[in-house]
Amino acid sequence: MVKAHICTNNLNLWFGDNHVLYDVSMCVFENRITAMIGPSGCGKSSLLRCFNRMNDLIPSARIQGSILLDEEDIYHPKARVTDIRTRVGMVFQKPNPFPKSIFNNVAFGLKIQGKHSKSEIMDRVEKSLKDAWLWDEVKDRLHSSAMSLSGGQQQRLCIARALANGPRVLLLDEPTSALDPQSTAKIEELCLDLKSKVSILIVTHNIAQAGRISDYTAFMYLGELVEFGESSQVFTVPKDSRTEDYLTGVFG
Amino acid sequence: MQIMEKSFKTLSYIAALFSIAAVFGIILSIFLEGLPLFKVVSIQEFIWGNAWYPTHGEAPQFGIRNLLIGSVYATLGALVIAVPLGLGSAIFISEIATPRLREIAKPAVELLAAIPSVVYGLFGMAILAPFIRELFDLSTGLNLLSTSIILGLMVVPIIASMSEDALSTVPKHMREASLALGATQWETITGVVLPAARSGIVGSVLQGFGRAIGETMVVLMVAGGSAQIPGSIFESLRPLTSTIAAEMGETVMGDLHYRSLFAIAIVLFLITFVTNLVAELVFLKRRLK
Repeated sequence: MVKAHICTNNLNLWFGDNHVLYDVSMCVFENRITAMIGPSGCGKSSLLRCFNRMNDLIPSARIQGSILLDEEDIYHPKARVTDIRTRVGMVFQKPNPFPKSIFNNVAFGLKIQGKHSKSEIMDRVEKSLKDAWLWDEVKDRLHSSAMSLSGGQQQRLCIARALANGPRVLLLDEPTSALDPQSTAKIEELCLDLKSKVSILIVTHNIAQAGRISDYTAFMYLGELVEFGESSQVFTVPKDSRTEDYLTGVFG
Repeated sequence: MQIMEKSFKTLSYIAALFSIAAVFGIILSIFLEGLPLFKVVSIQEFIWGNAWYPTHGEAPQFGIRNLLIGSVYATLGALVIAVPLGLGSAIFISEIATPRLREIAKPAVELLAAIPSVVYGLFGMAILAPFIRELFDLSTGLNLLSTSIILGLMVVPIIASMSEDALSTVPKHMREASLALGATQWETITGVVLPAARSGIVGSVLQGFGRAIGETMVVLMVAGGSAQIPGSIFESLRPLTSTIAAEMGETVMGDLHYRSLFAIAIVLFLITFVTNLVAELVFLKRRLK
């Protein structure tokens, strides 16, 4: 029996007068990969950004409903947003390492928490880089600039950076759309490896990618969660005709 | 049409050529007028001599050390005021203000740059200096403190505007990456945005330095004018620039005093030239990155 890790409950989102998400209820399960697919503008990235409260940065954003992370409402007035973001990590579409050294990129989150000793930070940086399959490529040049890495390496660095905080959930926002096929394959394999450590929610434009790596698939259309279920079922016998149309390329 | 095109090209070419020729002409003339001083006065005596008595009948002395140090003090004093104010304004405008407030605050700070320096001088002389004199019970308010404050205010818009540009060019996804790692807005500004904009900020401070050390009218009006090394911020001073402005009218063309003022101009030119060069290199490094 899989355990729900982070769940939305009748989630509605507005940007100003624009109603972006309609009554979304879904879950990310523990140690599983959940993929969110759907055409551009369907609200999947906006939904992803609800899970670590990145939409807070948009002044006109208004949210209704709840999101429970390990039974705890992350939109509760007493919830600390910085704390939530260390528990729910995020990797962006375009690799966005800081213009700092490789080491300092990964250590950034730990350093701002300010409660780790130097040797502890060293250990966790090494472990995160190993977990992100980057250690062997960078162990001899931890103090050179992260900008000297290739695109795929940069994206794995961003994954390592997020892992260093020890998150429970990892949000991936189209993490391979800016990468070449080889780097993409590597990140996909990495995701499969990582799911034993974190629960993963990945937004992707690439239907085949969702099919390759996900255990669960959510199909979004015009701000609505049309279908959510085990990938094997969503991909083979979708309940909704819109899901079938999207998967077979009728639109999208 | 062809002729129009051609003549525009030629005209702009001539304009550019003329500007460059003018600049080089000025540089050449200050060197031609100033360098002959060193046939009489050694460079060391000039730069490090502690007495500036250019009109002393029998034995005039041309040591600019006190003036040079006066310039450096006034400039550093200005930066002590202008860097926190300018950088703070830049951070506020770029990172904290709402878009609407930004639309008002940015031009308002830049308006400081539109005030003529003589107006700053007037304000310093007539309002700030008497205030400082009263406040600290001094014999005169025309001193290093007043000079630093007024020069600092003049430099604020340079640092604020250029640093703000540097901060604004830090991509939004950098801030998002930091916030998504659990950093607060302040941690994001100090830990990610400021380091990423470092070269632009350093460049703005260097530009501010160049502006302050070359400023003449304010120091002429507010610095007090005694050719000594100020022992405290409450003593008056005389920077290089105001010496040239104040004394040029008394000289006889071609005499040593006249030459020595041009030699001061050479020193000033070299200081600002090197500052600008370093600022350019800093920016160049950023562009290449």
